[in-house]
Amino acid sequence: MPRAVISSAIGIGLAAGLYAVSFGVLAVAAGMTPAQACVMSMLVFTGASQFAFVGVLTAGGGALAAAAPAVMLALRNAAYGISLVPVFPRSLRERAVLSHLVIDETTAMARAQDDPLAARRAFLATGVSVWVFWNTGTLVGALIGNGIGDPRTYGLDAMFPAAFLALLVPQLRRAGAPVSAIAGAAIAIALVPFTPAGVPVIAAIAGLVPGLLWARSVRA
Amino acid sequence: MTWAVLLGLCAVSYLLKAIGPLLAGGRELGPETRRALELVAVPLLAALIVVQAFSSGRHLVADARVPALAVAAVLAWRRAPFLVIVVVAAATAALLRAVT
Repeated sequence: MPRAVISSAIGIGLAAGLYAVSFGVLAVAAGMTPAQACVMSMLVFTGASQFAFVGVLTAGGGALAAAAPAVMLALRNAAYGISLVPVFPRSLRERAVLSHLVIDETTAMARAQDDPLAARRAFLATGVSVWVFWNTGTLVGALIGNGIGDPRTYGLDAMFPAAFLALLVPQLRRAGAPVSAIAGAAIAIALVPFTPAGVPVIAAIAGLVPGLLWARSVRA
Repeated sequence: MTWAVLLGLCAVSYLLKAIGPLLAGGRELGPETRRALELVAVPLLAALIVVQAFSSGRHLVADARVPALAVAAVLAWRRAPFLVIVVVAAATAALLRAVT
């Protein structure tokens, strides 16, 4: 496996581990037990959903109310999973196991490679790295709990947009991608004041349409 | 917080991830479909960036996350490593909050 892929995978994993610490802290502060926080990180394993879930609990919502935006945010993993079909192996059992690793980071890393085999390796390296660091970070955060005080003091909340930006920038070279990015961002911002958590991000998928039309007009 | 809701969320999360690989696995996709799927992550990532940088609940806000994002944008544009981008962004926000 290329060194650049391994070092990127470890870098992404370390970053995920750092904000998993903040997830663990926030989850326990929201009333979840450390065991619940850890099970969530192991089995839900999709950061934005987990943070949305904890955010609703923190705001006083019940578990079912918290699960709704978490599921809406997880919908994009279905799109990622479909987009990764050409990258996945043929064996059903392997696909079943690898599917658990379908998240923003692994999809972006796979997309950044030139051929399906390199994409599969990058996906696996990133997925294993993020899963290990994500769960280690969650455990640490859940155990230190409220001891560190407000995670925002350390700027942990600022890590999310920065991380998603770092994932987005390499993808902007694709035809139509800048148009889709601007449209998606505009849709999301416009909906924030009027819709429940999770909806603005899901609705932003519509930003795909102007991007595709742009790409088609460039090709024509 | 009940375990039932949590475990239900675990199951739904997995099924969403697996629906493509388990049902469509091995099939060839047309060039138009592939192009669309390759672009799917772009508007979603852009939306996640602005929502997580500029909102607090249903309110649009501009706090220390905004200059942190600006610093991250410069670093990402200059092709800095992933970890450098997120750590410098966090440090920027932490520093601004410490001095204000």
